[in-house]
Amino acid sequence: MARSRVNEAGELMSANRNSQDADIQRTRNGAIMDFPTTETSLDIKGLTLAYDGKQALRDLTLRIPRHRVTAFIGPSGCGKSTLLRALNRLHDLNESVTRQGSIHLEGHDIHDPRVAVAELRRRVGMVFQAPNPFPMSIYDNVAFGLRLQGGLSKRRIDDVVEWALKSAALWDEVKGRLRASAWSLSGGQQQRLVIARTLAVEPEVLLLDEPASALDPISTLKIEELIGNLKPHLTLVLVTHNMQQAARVSDYTAFLHDGELVEYGSTDTLFTHPRLRRTENYITGRMVG
Amino acid sequence: MNIPGHTAVPPARSGRWRGGEGPWAWWCAMAVALSLLMLGALLVLLMSRGLANFWPASVHQLTLADGSQVIGVPVETRQRPEDAGSERRYFTANRDASGGIWRWVNVEDIRQDSAPEDLVHIKRMRWSDFLGRLVAVNIDGRRFDGELAWQRLEERLDEIRQQRQLRRELEATQIIPLIRRLESSNGPESNHDPGSNSDDVRIHQQLAELQQQARDLQSGMTGAVLILETAEGRRLEQPLEEVDTVLRPNAMSAWQKVGRWSSGVWQYLSEGPRAANTAGGVWPAIFGTVLMVILMSILVTPFGVLAAVYLNEVAHQGRLTRLVRIGVRNLAGVPSIVYGVFGLGVFVYGIGGQLDEWFFAETLPSPTFGTGGLLWASLTLALLTLPVVIVATEEGLARIPMHQREGALALGATHLEMLTRVVLPMAMPAMLTGVILAVARAAGEVAPLMLVGVAKLAPQVPLDGEFPWLHLERKFMHLGYHIYDAAFHSSDVQAALPLIYATALLLVLVILVLNLTAIFLRHYLRTRHGAFARQ
Repeated sequence: MARSRVNEAGELMSANRNSQDADIQRTRNGAIMDFPTTETSLDIKGLTLAYDGKQALRDLTLRIPRHRVTAFIGPSGCGKSTLLRALNRLHDLNESVTRQGSIHLEGHDIHDPRVAVAELRRRVGMVFQAPNPFPMSIYDNVAFGLRLQGGLSKRRIDDVVEWALKSAALWDEVKGRLRASAWSLSGGQQQRLVIARTLAVEPEVLLLDEPASALDPISTLKIEELIGNLKPHLTLVLVTHNMQQAARVSDYTAFLHDGELVEYGSTDTLFTHPRLRRTENYITGRMVG
Repeated sequence: MNIPGHTAVPPARSGRWRGGEGPWAWWCAMAVALSLLMLGALLVLLMSRGLANFWPASVHQLTLADGSQVIGVPVETRQRPEDAGSERRYFTANRDASGGIWRWVNVEDIRQDSAPEDLVHIKRMRWSDFLGRLVAVNIDGRRFDGELAWQRLEERLDEIRQQRQLRRELEATQIIPLIRRLESSNGPESNHDPGSNSDDVRIHQQLAELQQQARDLQSGMTGAVLILETAEGRRLEQPLEEVDTVLRPNAMSAWQKVGRWSSGVWQYLSEGPRAANTAGGVWPAIFGTVLMVILMSILVTPFGVLAAVYLNEVAHQGRLTRLVRIGVRNLAGVPSIVYGVFGLGVFVYGIGGQLDEWFFAETLPSPTFGTGGLLWASLTLALLTLPVVIVATEEGLARIPMHQREGALALGATHLEMLTRVVLPMAMPAMLTGVILAVARAAGEVAPLMLVGVAKLAPQVPLDGEFPWLHLERKFMHLGYHIYDAAFHSSDVQAALPLIYATALLLVLVILVLNLTAIFLRHYLRTRHGAFARQ
């Protein structure tokens, strides 16, 4: 009894495991950090976000490794989507959001007033939960971001569209009907089209907000395969409700609860030997998400 | 079998209302049916009264109890009070011979009622129609009788029609533009002698030549005279150049009547009005209505869309924005005459008067823009329909899912790029809905137009071959005002009644066509990429 109460308070279950490839730290609010040693792409320090004064993220510190897949898991309302949207400053749209703390992309503060937010969002692409192709042709959807940049020849746009659709494993399915409406595609194809559209502007980071939650199992599998294929070229950040998905595709996993980071480490460690009882409860399904 | 403690399932309450839906469904259905019925009845009334006017009705010859003869077209029969029998109204025409064009006849007094084939119905430029018999035709001093008279008459009438058309074109395309040029180069208040300007002299000479041509054409039309006989046996002489059509309705076959009917409808649609708007066509009014509505749409759409985009996409969603939004919605309910007064004060007298002082000072005090005109009428109606467009566009913008906007932003689009490339194209059907509603409201408005530019008679349409082609300062005719004018300001409302019905039908049809155009456009935009799922 006494032992379990201690564990719930955040007691380390097994200290210093795998210390050879990780740098384990405890943060101020007691989270377990298993910082990856690879190079950092996004560096989040002391991030606190509040909607209308109500805190959605509390003093969150996290380093996201370059060219790896990092998954955010946690029950609904834990703040994982909020965190994801903070990474490309989508919260700027909402005037009621206040922020403390900093986020650095490749060493540069993304909230620096000199940063053009449109350029930041091009570098940090995002794919949403529901497929959101624009009401245009398939081709125009992929070319959308390129045309925003301007100054590209027709030939160059053609090439990039083909490359992006191939990278998103959609080319073979749509090459004969690039002028058809994007809304004529199936849900899974639409989601891959959205990924192609995002890849076309060559982002450094790709944020995926439950990209497969609205899709059937086969489409989900294709998206997961795609994530694996993109990994050598991009930093991927994935929010998911699906524990198996997180275990299958990610290299690192962060468990969030109630706006706080609870545990962060390599996916293998987190799923096989969680250090905290709270993490274990969640990943084994004892905490209702 | 009854189980103790359980009651049997109550039987369905059937019988009173089939299917158990209760009376609500029936009441709703009845409300819909009643609305449709009233709408249908209105259209049927307009169509039957309006279109029947062009049908060549048979002419009757009556012998009354006192031995007198009446020739006329029966119009209506009604019961007299207290079983005193019934009376019938006949259209007897011949205002020049008998003073009136209507006659009430007691049905009991009719001894004989026939429809002889030699009765003629002549539509004239003046003195209303003629009903009676054709005795002879006198062409350049030679007299023709019988069937030969008919042949010669029709040949001559065709020639006259062609000459009349030539003269009309001469006036519209050459004489009137010249007069306008003279007016603009040489205002009524200007002091210099018209002869001092060589340009003016040339124009005066040209004008004199053209007017001589017109006079020649006019005199070429004269020379033929119809000798007619009324029912009472009076002889009349009718110069042929003042005749529009000559018919023998009783001798016409059904096909001839259909032909006559369609050419009557065509004349009505393509010609200008005659006889103080109680006869003739409504072409300038159709043109004026459509042109004004199109101009209004061109003016209101950008303003309404920009205002809606600002309110919905740019402005901070605070108390002030909410207040503005409530204000806009309430503006939609302001009576249209109030907008008319505003247009008169601000556009016509304020802006128009100022424009005249700056650019048309030489023609003052006769105003150019400082009086009602097409531009001010379109602007006033644009103002009137602005709230409709704003509200519809705002609703369309609000319906666009957030993730579409975020999708665009996440690709590196700026706020402006997101609006112009994703949000506005998606809101296009909603904007068009707003324009449709605006057109429907504007095309039917008459009250504000009476203050800001509609004219009782303006046979020159505001669009012609003369620079700058579209004459925004001109007054114009409008179908709605035409109805009002013919119904309340004509000397003989009875005579104008069929044309009022026809004009009302036409107004409804014009609005229908304008609306359908916008609806098809919206449908095309919606189906190009499939409707997006409603949230």
